[in-house]
Amino acid sequence: MTAPIVRLTDLQFAWPGQPQLLDVRAFELAAKERLFLRGPSGSGKSTLLGLIAGVLESQSGRINVLDHDMSRLSGSRRDQIRADHLGVIFQMFNLVPYLSVVQNVVLPCRFSKRRMQETLQAGGAEAEAKRLLARLGLEDETLLARKVTELSVGQQQRVAAARALIGGPALIIADEPTSALDADSRDRFIELLSDEAKATGAALLFVSHDAGLAPLFDRALDLADINVHAMTMGAA
Amino acid sequence: MGVSILGLAWRSLMNRRVSAFLTVIAIALSVALFLGVEKARNAAKSGFDNTISGTELIVGAPSGQINLLLYSVFRLGNATAEISWRAYQEIDRREDVAWTVPVSLGDSHRGYRVLGTNIGYFEHYKYGQRQSLTFAEGQPFNDLFDAVIGADVARKLGYSIDTPLILTHGIGASGLTDHDDRPFRVAGILRPTGTPVDQTIHVSLEAITAIHVGWETGARNPLTDSITEEMIRSFDLTPRTITALFVGLENRATVLRTRRDINTNLSEPLLAIIPGQALAELWQVMGTAERVLLAISGFVIAVGLVSILTSILTSLNERRREMSILRATGARPGHIFALLIAEATVLGLVGAVLGAVLIQAIFAVAAPILSAQYGVALIGTGPGLVDLYTIAAVTLAALFLGIWPAITALRRSLSDGLTVKV
Repeated sequence: MTAPIVRLTDLQFAWPGQPQLLDVRAFELAAKERLFLRGPSGSGKSTLLGLIAGVLESQSGRINVLDHDMSRLSGSRRDQIRADHLGVIFQMFNLVPYLSVVQNVVLPCRFSKRRMQETLQAGGAEAEAKRLLARLGLEDETLLARKVTELSVGQQQRVAAARALIGGPALIIADEPTSALDADSRDRFIELLSDEAKATGAALLFVSHDAGLAPLFDRALDLADINVHAMTMGAA
Repeated sequence: MGVSILGLAWRSLMNRRVSAFLTVIAIALSVALFLGVEKARNAAKSGFDNTISGTELIVGAPSGQINLLLYSVFRLGNATAEISWRAYQEIDRREDVAWTVPVSLGDSHRGYRVLGTNIGYFEHYKYGQRQSLTFAEGQPFNDLFDAVIGADVARKLGYSIDTPLILTHGIGASGLTDHDDRPFRVAGILRPTGTPVDQTIHVSLEAITAIHVGWETGARNPLTDSITEEMIRSFDLTPRTITALFVGLENRATVLRTRRDINTNLSEPLLAIIPGQALAELWQVMGTAERVLLAISGFVIAVGLVSILTSILTSLNERRREMSILRATGARPGHIFALLIAEATVLGLVGAVLGAVLIQAIFAVAAPILSAQYGVALIGTGPGLVDLYTIAAVTLAALFLGIWPAITALRRSLSDGLTVKV
């Protein structure tokens, strides 16, 4: 049994000047697990992802990511762990507008030597980017030559997925990546992302308000179930 | 391959190319103005310093050294008094004096000053780096009523060899006080020098005496009409007075002693000045204005630099998303910081280089026009160290200014986390 990719223990968080938002006693995400985490907007999903990604700091409790205690590491160490081991997909506007499709995909390799080296056996970052894009259904050269702002939302999300996957990170974090997509492309996107995560051996933490997506994952959780604070709020 | 931070900065600027372009133009114009002022200032100074060289002393009636310099070399203003021919001869005979050139001023021709002198003037008067006057056409005056004209006079008035000309008594428009009974002819035309020589009409000292026969009272005596040219030629035309004289010494080292001797001459009060010294004093007077101009153009650069700040700071709001994407893909705060510093630096560098190129282009176009229309030579305005220093200073200043938006972006990207709350 391998160690969990993410383990949260007694995690508490509140934005400055605001009431407590998160109080997670225990949460685990196993390696290669594909987990669906449901929660309505404003329930603290994005904040939780920010904490796991090491961009935000918790007030108390422990956040373990790949056996690193994020809450005790310096900001730059957390940045390094994120760069090396995490892929992130947002709801929308995932791409840097002034970079090409391929440049957007290889961006993580720019910030992580480890991920750059991972792409070497595939013939380098650019070749790996094109391979991933092709796996996600983006192989048309004229499409790749277009400005990223001219791509459809669905295409943009697939480019973002390729970027999250490049260099074989251990964990993909997806924050409502399908909320701007129609039902068909939504299911197709999740299928592609899920397959690629499986292929690269990455765990997937997929967050959405849409409970209907739950069956597409190994396991589904409601944020309210793990957030003690939400439970007490709900009871009140 | 991946894109370096500088590459990111460049692409980000190109993505906002209109705003970036305007900022670069603002920097370029301000740098061009600054370099233009600086170069024109130096060109003016070196042109000014090059007006006269090889002359150790200028001697005239006592007034002030700037005054003497102005009327004897720059043909500006008038001598308050003359010096006697005898005093001139005494100086000419001194053992330490190698050569003298007497000059007599006071007449004009269509606004151009007339300088009475002797043949020695064309041999000894030097300008620039000890360059002698050279003839474009013709030769020094031979006959009593020969004139040698400067390059500007010839060009502006359209004169050529043998063109007749009539001198006017005093400085002013021609008219009542014309020496129209004694016409001259152009015997020689000098090549351009970029000095007041170009605007001067040279005649012999004897000619000055000759045209003033009958003008002893300062106006024309009606009886002069009866004096024929032949009679005048038979007179002793040695001048009684001259305006000033240029002196060359056997040994430059004695210049201070010679000057003291002349200044303390008992038979007649005289003033001897060292041209270089007088030029330096005169330049100090004019220097204030050019320093003010330089200061103003320096402030214009500051305005240009502020436009970098404006352009980047206003872009930050719409770029919060971009910053959080970069953070999410592994960019450290240092990367965000470096990206914005790089953008400011690139704007400063491109603007400054463009400005330096622009001013060279302007000079390249303006130099022939200035030289043709005004006889002004733009010396030393080519690319030089001052351009490099200015480019370096502006780039460095832009880099430091970039710290401000860099810190702003950094703070935001840290507080925004992965998601931007718009």
